[in-house]
This record gives sequence, C-alpha cells and structure tokens, in this order.
Amino acid sequence: MKKRIIVIGGGVAGMQTALRLAEQGLEPVIVEKEPELGGKLRGWHVLFPTFTPAEEVLTDLRRRVNESGIEALTSTEVVALTPRSVTLADGRVLTGDAVVLASGSTLFDASIKEEYGYGIYDNVFTSADVERMFNEGRVSKTDGTAPRRIAFLHCVGSRDEKVCQQHCSKVCCVTGVKQAIEMKRLFPEADVFNFYMDIRMFGPGYEEMYREAQQTYNIHFVRGRISEASPTIDGRVQIKAEDTLTGRPLRMSVDMLILLIGMRANDDNASLAGGPGLERARSGFMRPRNLFLGNIASNVDGIFYAGTVTAPKTIGESLNEATAAADAAARYVGA
Amino acid sequence: MAAINFGYTISKPRVIDLDRNNLRKSDEILREMPELQTCIGCGACTAICTAGNLTSFNFRKVHTLVRRGEYQGAYEEMNKCMLCGKCRLVCPRGINTRGVVMLIKRKLGDF
Amino acid sequence: MKRRSWQEYQKEIADDHYYYARSCIRQNFFPGSEKAFIDILTNDLGKDLLDDPKHSSCTGIGYHSDIVPLETIMTVVARQFALMNEAGYENFVTSCITSFGIYTEILATWQEFPETEEKTRENLYKATGREFRKPANVAHTSDVMFHFRDEIARRAKHRLVNAVTGEPLKVVEHIGCHYAKIFPKSGIGGSEFPYVLAGMIESWGGEVVDYPERRHCCGFGFRNYLVQANRGYSIANSHKKLESMAPYKPDFIVANCPGCAMFLDKWQYAIAEMEGTTYGQNGHGIPVLTYEEMAGLVLGYDPWALGIQMHQVDVEPLLDKMGIDYDPAAKYLGRNGKYIGKPASAVVNCCPTDTIYDIRE
Repeated sequence: MKKRIIVIGGGVAGMQTALRLAEQGLEPVIVEKEPELGGKLRGWHVLFPTFTPAEEVLTDLRRRVNESGIEALTSTEVVALTPRSVTLADGRVLTGDAVVLASGSTLFDASIKEEYGYGIYDNVFTSADVERMFNEGRVSKTDGTAPRRIAFLHCVGSRDEKVCQQHCSKVCCVTGVKQAIEMKRLFPEADVFNFYMDIRMFGPGYEEMYREAQQTYNIHFVRGRISEASPTIDGRVQIKAEDTLTGRPLRMSVDMLILLIGMRANDDNASLAGGPGLERARSGFMRPRNLFLGNIASNVDGIFYAGTVTAPKTIGESLNEATAAADAAARYVGA
Repeated sequence: MAAINFGYTISKPRVIDLDRNNLRKSDEILREMPELQTCIGCGACTAICTAGNLTSFNFRKVHTLVRRGEYQGAYEEMNKCMLCGKCRLVCPRGINTRGVVMLIKRKLGDF
Repeated sequence: MKRRSWQEYQKEIADDHYYYARSCIRQNFFPGSEKAFIDILTNDLGKDLLDDPKHSSCTGIGYHSDIVPLETIMTVVARQFALMNEAGYENFVTSCITSFGIYTEILATWQEFPETEEKTRENLYKATGREFRKPANVAHTSDVMFHFRDEIARRAKHRLVNAVTGEPLKVVEHIGCHYAKIFPKSGIGGSEFPYVLAGMIESWGGEVVDYPERRHCCGFGFRNYLVQANRGYSIANSHKKLESMAPYKPDFIVANCPGCAMFLDKWQYAIAEMEGTTYGQNGHGIPVLTYEEMAGLVLGYDPWALGIQMHQVDVEPLLDKMGIDYDPAAKYLGRNGKYIGKPASAVVNCCPTDTIYDIRE
C-alpha cells in the first residue's frame, strides 16, 4: 500500500511537491480551496527577470500533475490539520501519513493604506491589477487613454508598522522594475518613476535588469516613500514624496499610480497552527524548525512546509523548496 | 496699491514640482549620457571629492537636482569642480562623472 | 467620490443631554455660531443641552504653544469633567477641534498611563476640592450636527443648491488636523477621508469637492501664527490650499475647526492685499462658513443673526445663490438695531486696491 501524503495548497509549491512525491512512488493528494490549481500565478503576466510568461510555467506544471494522475480536490478548504489528517470545511476528514503545508500567502489589500486612495480614486492600481491588465491586453488609464506619466510605489504593505507588516516582501522591488520596463515598452513616450525606500535586487539577473531599466529605458528612480495621493481636476493623481537624495519635498501628478503590494501571512495560519501547535513568526508566517538545516520542516514531526507559507519567496525558490519538502516528507514516511 | 505692511510675506514653497519644472534640458542631458540615470546615490563621488571637502559642492546632489529639472545654480556649483577625476575612479556604476560636470556646464550655462 | 471607507470609522454619539464646552476663540471670530448650535439643538431638535458658565478654556492654545504644561491642562480638563458631573450630565460635547483633540488625547493618556490619571485626581482635589468621573461620551459639536443631519434635512428651508439652476453647490470641506489626525478612530470617516462635514453637505444637497491639497493643514499651527515672523509659512499653507481648490470653482468653504475657519477666511484677505489674488468667482474671495452657520442657513435662520457678517470674505454671493432673503441695510446692525461698525473695503471683496480707505459712515 502506497503511503499517502496530503499537500495543502495547489499553487506552484503544492503542485511541485505533489509531482516530486509521485515520482518517488508515493500517493500525494492536493487540497486546493480555489476551483482550479495554480495559486497566485493564475492571472500573472510574465515573470522576472526573464519576462517568461507565467502561463508557460503554470501550463507545464498542470500538465504534469494531470499526466501523473495526481488526485486534486479543488474548491476544498482545509480548516484544521494534524500530521496524519486534515479536516475540511464540510467536516470531512482526510487521512494520510504526513502533511505538506503549501498554502501560500495573501496579497496585501491596498485599500488599507487609505492615503493612497485605492478603490476610491480612478487610476490608482496595484501590481496585481497591472499583471491582469497586461494579460487582458488592455493597459490604460481608467478612461481608456494611454498614460503619459506613470509612478510605481514600492513597499505598499511591506516594511510598514502602520499596517502591522514589518517584513520585507522580497519580490515587489524586482516586480516594480519589471513592470516599469513593461510599461516603457508599451508606452515608449511615457515617463516612468519608481518611488522606493531601498531597492533590493537579490537574485540572479535582477541587478542587471535594474541597471537596464535605468540606462536603457530611462526609468526614473526616486528614493522616497509617497506620503499621499489625491485626485486632480483632470482625473489624474497627485502624489507627494520626499526626494531624499536632494532633501527636498517633491510633488507631481501622474496618469497612473501603481502600488506594489506585498505578501502577508494568510489569516488562517493562526487557526491552522493552533491544532498541532505549529510555531509562527512575528510576521504571522509559519516558522520553520531551523532556518539553515531544516527550513522545510515544521516544529511538529510529520508536517512540512513549501513555498510562501513561511515567508515571501520567488517562484523559483518556491519550486526548489517544494522538491526539498517532498523529499523530506518521503524520508519521514520511510519511502 | 494701498500699502499694508503685514510684517511678513507668503513663504515660497521648497517643493520640487515636477508638473511645473521644465525637464527638456534634463532629458537632453540624459539622452547624451544615459549612464547618469544609473546613479544609485551611494555618495562615493561626494565623499572623495577634493572640492567638496573644502566647499559646499555636492556633486551627487547637484546632478540629482538637475535630473529633477532644478537648474538654478547648477552651473555655478559645477564650476567648483577641480576636474581631478577621483570621483570617476570610485563610482561603482562606472559613470563618467567628469563628463557629467562638463555636460551640465555646457547645457546649463544660462540658468 | 467613492468614500465608502468612512463607514468603517463610526463612533458613538449620544442622542440627547449634552454638557456643552465652548471654544475660547470662536465667540470672537464667529460670535453667532455657538449660539446657533444651542438654538438648533434646543429649539429645532428639542434636545437638552447645558451651556454651563462655570467651565473655562481648555487651555489648548497655551498647551500647543508650549506655555501650559501637561499636568496643568490635565487638571483643567478634569475640572471640566467635574463640573459636568456636578450638573448631572455625562455626554461631553466640545465646540473646538483642538479642545476635542485634547480631551481625546488626555482620556487616551489616562487609559495608557493610569498613574497620570491618579496624579490629575490628586491635583484637582488639592486645587479645587473637586472629584470627577470620566464622560460616557465625548463628541465634537460637528459630530452632533452630523448625527442629526437627516433630521435637519427634513426641516430644511433652503438646500445647498443653486436656487436658479438647481445645481448642487460645490463645497470645499476642511476638517482640521486635531479632529482625526491625532486619533483617526475618534473622527467620523477617519483621518484620510473624514465624512463629518461631507455627510452634512451631501444630506443638505451640496456636492463635496475633493481637490489635491484637501488634506493639507490650513497653516494655523499655533506658534506659526502667534509669532509674527512665522506667519509667512502659516499664510503659505492656506495659499497652497486656495491655489489647489480654485480651479474647482467652489461656492463656499465649510470648516470644522475654529482656527481653520478663521485662517481660510482671513488669509484670503491678506493674500488679496499682498498679491491682488482672489480665488472665488467674479473677483471675490471664496466665502467661508462654520458648520453651524451652514446648518443655520439650511434651517432658514437670518444670516445676520448667525453672525456671518463677521467674516472677512463677504457671504452675500452665496446667499444670493441659495436664494436666501436678507436685508443688506441690516448687515451691520447688532442687537436692538445697534450699529456695530463696518470694516474698510478690501480687495478680497472685489474693491480695487486704489479705493481702499475708511468709508465708515
């Protein structure tokens, strides 16, 4: 009889975990709360730093999951777990021999930063909105016209005590640079400004892309956090910041203000952690057993982590972790 | 006009207003020397600057202001540069800083 | 505007039985406003309100100017509460944004640092022999007016619409920093999208103008206008706001705070004299009202009884738009027909600069 491992979450981390488990002759079952697999990658346009279509990665993973005959329960929510079982929202209990928690994270709700007027002012968007607009092939101001001036604001819902999100979401900096380049490719005449607190280009090819954005695409980088956005009489958005490198306040109106929203811990991390006694970090993300020698293991035997359930991560990192988590789970069940 | 002496006048704003500033000269400068855009504001140029250690000259700040369309006084500031070139030796982005000084002087002599 | 977020910032506002704390400066600047509040509440709405002559200034101006120490202002506030208790009331309503900010701040300080409350009790007892209980409810007078906005709308004699065209009047609302920037949760609508004045304007038929510098301070700033040398940047703040709102052609400004109502009005006079610039229509300034004056006009009060002739910018153009009858000859007649004096003509009221001289009869 095959050992059965329950994978909570059907995003890239969940799918990769299941694939790796199946490769090793185990029986994974994916439990996904949305109607289809794919997680946050669904609706995303292209991936940094190579501008690879997100659909390419997603299609490949989904195809392999299908071909491997992996069981996937979609539209199914998990409300509790132990190392050998998960309880579903409808009261059913699935049993297995180990659990991999790959339930991901939540995009920050930009309307909480009221000063930016997201959801109130036309022409204030989030990075997720922009990906969707690119996918739909309709990137424009709300009135359908082409933008002539675009501002990106980094760190919305990250590194911000005021909204209880003190951690860095890691991927927004590079997403901001990527989206700025995409905008400039689409609207070569437009002026694009990125307002940042720090630019964190931690990955391979990222710094190079940042430099290209500056030198080749003439994208302006202003070190300063936008303090407020307000409407102008012609339906644009006025923003204020400090140009900290000159020590002067700065004001301008833009056609589009794009908020680079961060990743925060899922709301249900707390309740999921409660049953088996999983430890969480101050940020609300799950805390791995050991950041060096056990970062895919939880503090509870038989429960493993993959992907952004423990911290913001790139797609590549999530995929690698998924492989590691699957191997650790396989070892645990004695495969 | 009836002269009322209020004892004060309306303070002028310090804001850099990118809706009012004319960025034409700034664009010209960046077209001629796009590498200037790659400045990351590290300040190494200013730290090592011979002139800046003896005067208020701050190369990093002056060229940043120029890029925002704040041209007033930039020419005079750049005149403080002794063109020794140490800034170019330390710039981690490889910007031709001496070239920037000369370019700004050439473009902004009228401001 | 899609201001739905205001609904997330609600506060408890008492329905009746208010202990009224006046502002120390409003009675000079807009002498009819506080009386209008009392009249509207007691006569129009039939509420019970005590206007207690025993209470004092909250000393907020001194506090914000670094003259009155924290212990002193806490004791003064405690005394107001003691007077309220003695009069048998528990709903404190204050007529000033700065006072409201101070009451809110001090109650929060006592909550966070109970030893400061103990010390205040001791100070109050030593100084006056009084003891106090904290109020059940603290509200600003505009909160109370907001609370009854629909009832006022039902009794309206005039609406905030152009009587000729039927178009809603465009209204700039200005909230005042101390209303919700200190404690966003203590103001209706929070600090970014306050709804306290906007709610009244919308209920009474007007249209709120959201303009780029809406959230900017009027420039009052206490020390910034108390010291003459600092007034340049006090006036520059109002200047910035006026420049920003002018393209929207607002019919009037309504302000929440004594200082804001005064400065948005009087700085228009100073700017016009200094630069010749006016921001309203036909070369006039933009009229500035308090929310009580706005409510009073809606309810059909006589404009001169509301004291709006005390504003620097003439309000007549607005009265004409709203179709309000008034007697121009009675403008400068006070109680019992007594002449109260008349200001010199000013650029802000469309008088050319070279005609400025004293034309008092």
